[in-house]
Amino acid sequence: MPQDILELKDVKKYYPLTERYTFRSRVTAYVKAVDGVSLTLPEQSTVGLVGESGCGKTTTAKIAAGLIRPDSGSVKFMGADLSEILGDSGSAKQFRRSVQLVYQNPYSSLDPMMTVGDIVKEPLIIHGLARGRELEEAMYSLLRKVNLEDYHALRYPHELSGGQRQRVCIARALATQPKLVLLDEPVSSLDLSIRAQILNLLVELKERERLSYLYISHDLATVRQMCDYVAVMYLGRVVEYAPTDELFNNPMHPYTQALLSAIPIPDPRVKRKRMVLEGDVPNPVNPPEGCRFHTRCRYASQLCRERDQKLIEVGNQHWVACWVAPTGGIPSYSLEYTRE
Amino acid sequence: MEPTLQVESLRTYFYTEAGVVKAVDDVGFSVRPSTIHALVGESGSGKTVTAQSILRIVPKPGRIVGGRIVFEGRNLLDLGERQMRMVRGRRISLIQQDPTATLDPMFTIQDQLVEAIMVTTELDREQAKKKARKLLEDVKIPGPENVLKSYPHQLSGGMRQRVAIARALAGNPKVLIADEPTTALDVTIQAQILELMRSLRDEYGLSIILITHDLGIVAQVADEVTVMYAGKVCESGSVDDIFHSPLHPYTQALLLSVPRVDKRVRLRAIPGNIPDLVQPPQGCRFHPRCPYAVERCSQEEPGLEKVGSQADHTLPSRSVYCHRFREIKLEVV
Repeated sequence: MPQDILELKDVKKYYPLTERYTFRSRVTAYVKAVDGVSLTLPEQSTVGLVGESGCGKTTTAKIAAGLIRPDSGSVKFMGADLSEILGDSGSAKQFRRSVQLVYQNPYSSLDPMMTVGDIVKEPLIIHGLARGRELEEAMYSLLRKVNLEDYHALRYPHELSGGQRQRVCIARALATQPKLVLLDEPVSSLDLSIRAQILNLLVELKERERLSYLYISHDLATVRQMCDYVAVMYLGRVVEYAPTDELFNNPMHPYTQALLSAIPIPDPRVKRKRMVLEGDVPNPVNPPEGCRFHTRCRYASQLCRERDQKLIEVGNQHWVACWVAPTGGIPSYSLEYTRE
Repeated sequence: MEPTLQVESLRTYFYTEAGVVKAVDDVGFSVRPSTIHALVGESGSGKTVTAQSILRIVPKPGRIVGGRIVFEGRNLLDLGERQMRMVRGRRISLIQQDPTATLDPMFTIQDQLVEAIMVTTELDREQAKKKARKLLEDVKIPGPENVLKSYPHQLSGGMRQRVAIARALAGNPKVLIADEPTTALDVTIQAQILELMRSLRDEYGLSIILITHDLGIVAQVADEVTVMYAGKVCESGSVDDIFHSPLHPYTQALLLSVPRVDKRVRLRAIPGNIPDLVQPPQGCRFHPRCPYAVERCSQEEPGLEKVGSQADHTLPSRSVYCHRFREIKLEVV
C-alpha cells in the first residue's frame, strides 16, 4: 500500500491588502489565494494541479514546499506535520533535501553569473553531500542524467537554449536525491518542439529515481500525458479530484467540463460540443457566496447560491465539490468526438 | 477569385553586430478573402517578422531586402511612407499578444477608440463616439457604455483584448493581423476570443492572418495554414491537408510531439534544437533534425513545389519546400 508523501488538509492562505499612510498602514481586505485546499499525493505518483491564473495553484505549491506558512490547516509530509519538521533545524534541512522545485522560467531561475557546473554543484555543497573529486563526478553524472554533455558544465546559462536551461534546472533539483519534486509549469515557456523532450525526460526520471511529482499547469493536455491524478482548482479551492483517466472521461464539475471543452484539440476534423463560459473569474478578494462557481454556472440552483459544498466522494476515487453533480443533475460531458 | 493579400519571396534581414540574421528568407503565401490564414511556427521561425514586414514596421536593425507584398493591386513595398500610412490601420491592422501593453493606461477606452476612428476615417468627434460604441458591440462587449468610460486597468484581460480588436477595426480594414492574440489569456477566455475571430470573418468578410504556435488553435479556427521554420516556409495548404496529410517532415514531427487532451499518446519528441539564424544550416534548414534527411538535403536548398493546380485561387494552394516529399509517406495518427 503506497504511503501518501504529501497531504494537505483544509489549507488556507490569505494575503492582506494594505493601505499605507505615513506612519502606519491598515489592512483593508484579504486576497483569498488559497481558501480551504485539501489534497493528497500518493508516493511515486504524479498529481496535477490545474486551473486558470489566479486560482491559487502556485501558492498551494509554495505551501507544500514549506516556503510559505499557511494561515490555517495542516500539511503533512511523509506522515509528519510540516510545521514540526520545519521547527527543528535538522529535520528542516532533511526536508529541504527531500523536496525540490523546478520553475516555469529557466531564464530567471538560473544565476547568470554561475557556470552550469557550479549551479548543479551548489546544492551538493550546501547539503554536504560530496566534495573534491566526488563532487565533480556527481555533477557530471547529474548532467548526463538529464542528457546534457560534459562540456555544458563550463557554459553559462545565456549560452544555452531554453530546453537545455530547463534540463539544468532539473539536474539541480535532482542533486539532493529528492523524494518529491514540485514542477511549476515546467514546459510553458518552452518551444513546441522542445516540450515533448522535457516531458519525456521527466517521465523517465520519475521511474528511474522513484520520484513523486506535483505537476502544476494550466495546460490540461500536458497534464493528461503526465499525471496519475488531477486536482482542478477554481478561486482558491479544489473543485474536482480524480484519477486522470476518470477525470478526463467523466468530468463532473461544470467548471471542469467547461475547461475541457475550451481546450483546442489539434485536429480540424474534431467537432465538439463547446460550452463557452460567460464572463470572467470573480475577484479573489471578494469571492461569491455559496459555491464560488455559481456566478458562471448554468446549473446553479438557489442552494448553490447560498451554501458552499465541500469535496465529496462519488465513487472510483472521484471527488467533486458540487451540489448538483452527485444528484445526476449535470449532463455528462465527453471528450469523445465525432469525426466528419 | 483574387487573393486578398499575396506575399512573394519576402526577405527581411537583421543587420546585427553578430552578423546578418536572416529572420525571413524567401517567404511566400497568399491569403484569400474572408478566411483565417494561420502562420504557425516556433520562436525564431519568422512569423512575427513576416507580419511586421507586411505593415512595414520592422524594427531596426531589420530591413526588408527583397520580395513583393501584393495588396489591392499594389506592391506595398513600393509605396512611399505617406501612402503606407493610408494602408496601416485602414486597410490592414494589427492586434498584438499583450493588450495591456497596447492600450494607453492614461486614457479611457472611449478616448482611445475615438482617436483611432478619427485618424483612420473622415468622421467628426460626435460620429466617432457613436462608432466607438458600435465597435464595442461588434466585438460583443456587454454593457459598452460602462466600458467606454473605463480605463484599461479596470478591465479584465479578455475585455482588454476585445477592446484592442475593436480599435483595430476602427478603420474598417480588409485584413486583420493577429499576433498570438490569446497567448496572454486563460483558456476559457481564449475560447471566447477565438469565437469572436470566427464571427468577424463571417460577418464582416475579414481576412485574418493568425500568428500562433498553438496547433490546437490552428485546428480550431484556421481555414488555411502556412507552417514556418527558421525563417522559411515548410508548407502551405488547407487546415485539413496540413493536419491529415502533411507533406513536410517538420509538420509531421510537430503534430506527433503535441500532447492532446482527448487521448493519451506517446509523445515523440523532435531531437535537437532550433538553429541559430546567423549561421543557419546549409541546404534545408530542418535537415539536422529531420529523420528523412539524405545528403542532398544538407547541400541544396529545397525550392517551391506546387501540388495540384489552383490557378484561379478558388482553392487554397498547396505548396511545399522539401526535396523528398514525393518519396516519403508521412503518417500522422
